[in-house]
Amino acid sequence: MLVRSSRSSLLRPRLPPSQALRAISTSPIRRQVQEITRPAIDTPLSLWNFTEEENMLRETVRRFAEDVIGPKVSKMDEEEKMDPEVIQGLFDNGLMGIETSADMGGSECSFTSAIIAVEELARVDPSVAVLCDVHNTLVNTVLRLYGSKEVQEKWLPDLATKKVGSFCLSEPASGSDAFALQTTAKLDSSGDFYTLNGSKMWISNSAEADTFLVFANVDPSKGYKGITCFVMSKDMGVEIAKKEKKLGIRASSTCLLNFDDVKIPKENVVGEVGKGYKIAIEILNEGRIGIAAQMVGLAQGAFDKSLTYAYQRKQFGKPVGEFQGMGFQFADVATEIEAARLLTYNAARLKEEGRPFTKEAAMAKYFASVIAQKAAGNAIEWAGGQGFVREVGLEKYWRDSKIGAIYEGTSNIQLETIAKFLRKEYQT
Amino acid sequence: MRPTLPRLVNILVPVKRSIDYAVKIRVASDGKGVDTNVKHSMNPFDEIAVEEAIRLREKKSTKVDNITAISIGPAKAVDTIRTALAMGADSGIHITTPENAVVEPIAVANALKKIIDDKKFDLVIMGKQAIDDDSGSTGGMLAGLLGWSQGSFASKLEVEDGGKVHVTREIDGGLENIEAKLPMIVTTDLRLNEPRYASLPNIMKAKKKKIETFKPEDLGLDFTPRFETISVSEPPKRQGGGKVESVDELVSKMKEAGVI
Repeated sequence: MLVRSSRSSLLRPRLPPSQALRAISTSPIRRQVQEITRPAIDTPLSLWNFTEEENMLRETVRRFAEDVIGPKVSKMDEEEKMDPEVIQGLFDNGLMGIETSADMGGSECSFTSAIIAVEELARVDPSVAVLCDVHNTLVNTVLRLYGSKEVQEKWLPDLATKKVGSFCLSEPASGSDAFALQTTAKLDSSGDFYTLNGSKMWISNSAEADTFLVFANVDPSKGYKGITCFVMSKDMGVEIAKKEKKLGIRASSTCLLNFDDVKIPKENVVGEVGKGYKIAIEILNEGRIGIAAQMVGLAQGAFDKSLTYAYQRKQFGKPVGEFQGMGFQFADVATEIEAARLLTYNAARLKEEGRPFTKEAAMAKYFASVIAQKAAGNAIEWAGGQGFVREVGLEKYWRDSKIGAIYEGTSNIQLETIAKFLRKEYQT
Repeated sequence: MRPTLPRLVNILVPVKRSIDYAVKIRVASDGKGVDTNVKHSMNPFDEIAVEEAIRLREKKSTKVDNITAISIGPAKAVDTIRTALAMGADSGIHITTPENAVVEPIAVANALKKIIDDKKFDLVIMGKQAIDDDSGSTGGMLAGLLGWSQGSFASKLEVEDGGKVHVTREIDGGLENIEAKLPMIVTTDLRLNEPRYASLPNIMKAKKKKIETFKPEDLGLDFTPRFETISVSEPPKRQGGGKVESVDELVSKMKEAGVI
């Protein structure tokens, strides 16, 4: 007894019993919800574990990307146009309805499968990856999660098999401040249709798309609580006013759209009237993981291409990749790519498990876009002059990577999202 | 004329899990083989075989009843069978062997003969060789054991209703056209077709297809190797060449190198 108490006095200052107990129970550190509810499992697994289908999907997409998309990448970038054969190939291989159920023509696979597909496509061409990502994680998922049965049955099968989708939220006056959107949707006196007026800006896939998800406000006096999501086909009156000429992902069409007294039947409302803002917030969380995957794939593609060259190009009697200085740089970038990959796949699995993943998704997207810039930039330098010429295709990765920090939530927005969680956790 | 009964053709497609064609092969540390701790996939010639079987079914000029993919290999060979199923084969057979066990062509041929005798196949379409051992002998051995016709190095295959088969073979001198009757062995060459990708919906459908598993003992087969590999080494490094100005110089250099 005596021995024990004298020992403990060496380790910890003695507090009066009342204070000692209080110090523990009134601790201000609030554990994150998921730490407390994390289920205990028998066999912990590494993040390198995938189902058989996910592995087979990765194999198929990798081969498809290398064989079919690879030869066309340069031309698509120079001409700033997506090759229709590539889009058809995506449809034929079931990559445009990855999570859609089989009875609606989809592949009924996991969310992680979509992430894998985007990563593998981005290794070869980030423009194709973003087309597939927006179509799957934004357009398809909004309809699957919020659309009524009738809306799903009407729009999902075509989206899975032949029609490209586009997600229209941003406007000239509202980007990060999405809820300040000004496109209006006025309900007609008959109550049967809405009249849309406004413009949308920075809309991906819009030149190839036939199906559009458009966010408009049915009652501006209610502020963001009037925002409603509508689904429409191009022939209802979507007007492409301008196609942007961009620094990167040039084959992915980014357009300014005009809606001039466009009539949309009331059946085309997705989810509830006035609840569009919720759809927008929730869906962009998932989209973030998709963009993170695109950036990881981009970084890996640039890395692989550059290292293959560096281990062949000889100077001073040996491949330049064998110099220790180069090796250290390779190691640094490879570490960052692996970290970004793990962040991305973990966020994807958290979402699949139905657990909160907003913070992790923001971390993944933010980190992946930063390291993709660095990896692609280094990849150019490692290849020297060859990295700088358009013919080789390395510089394209660097140009493509810049958008990662900008779309689907700028880096500052991601940081603010993460900071909000931390504030809640640590504020007293 | 008596009407010929429509013949349903049962196709067997042997597939092998071998080192992926894009991998840089390195000699293993023990010098008796190659480093197998690398990416594996279906032997490319076997992919062509699976594709040809599926195309025969799609052509409808042949009434194909069933396409069975079979693989003899370790546990991971199941992935190869699944890929065949995802491409369009109907069912699979897996004869399991211990990890890293060597299965020689004669053993494969005997195993295939047993399966064919038990389950009655009419047509075997297989790769002309596997890209790991390049032995190219299994097809011929199997034809011999069964006493069937063979059309090897096929670059074109046509099966008529009624069992007549036309095979265009790639040989050193050019192309050879042969005509034979089912049952038959066909081995595929590179230019036979361009295999399809296992599309995502087909990968999901493949999950429901059945794979039967056997051990060699269950079938009364003995896979004991008859050969022992003594050593494996890399080819000698290529020496740089040189330019010469005239034929005389060329001749004298060749004499120097001891080649004439």
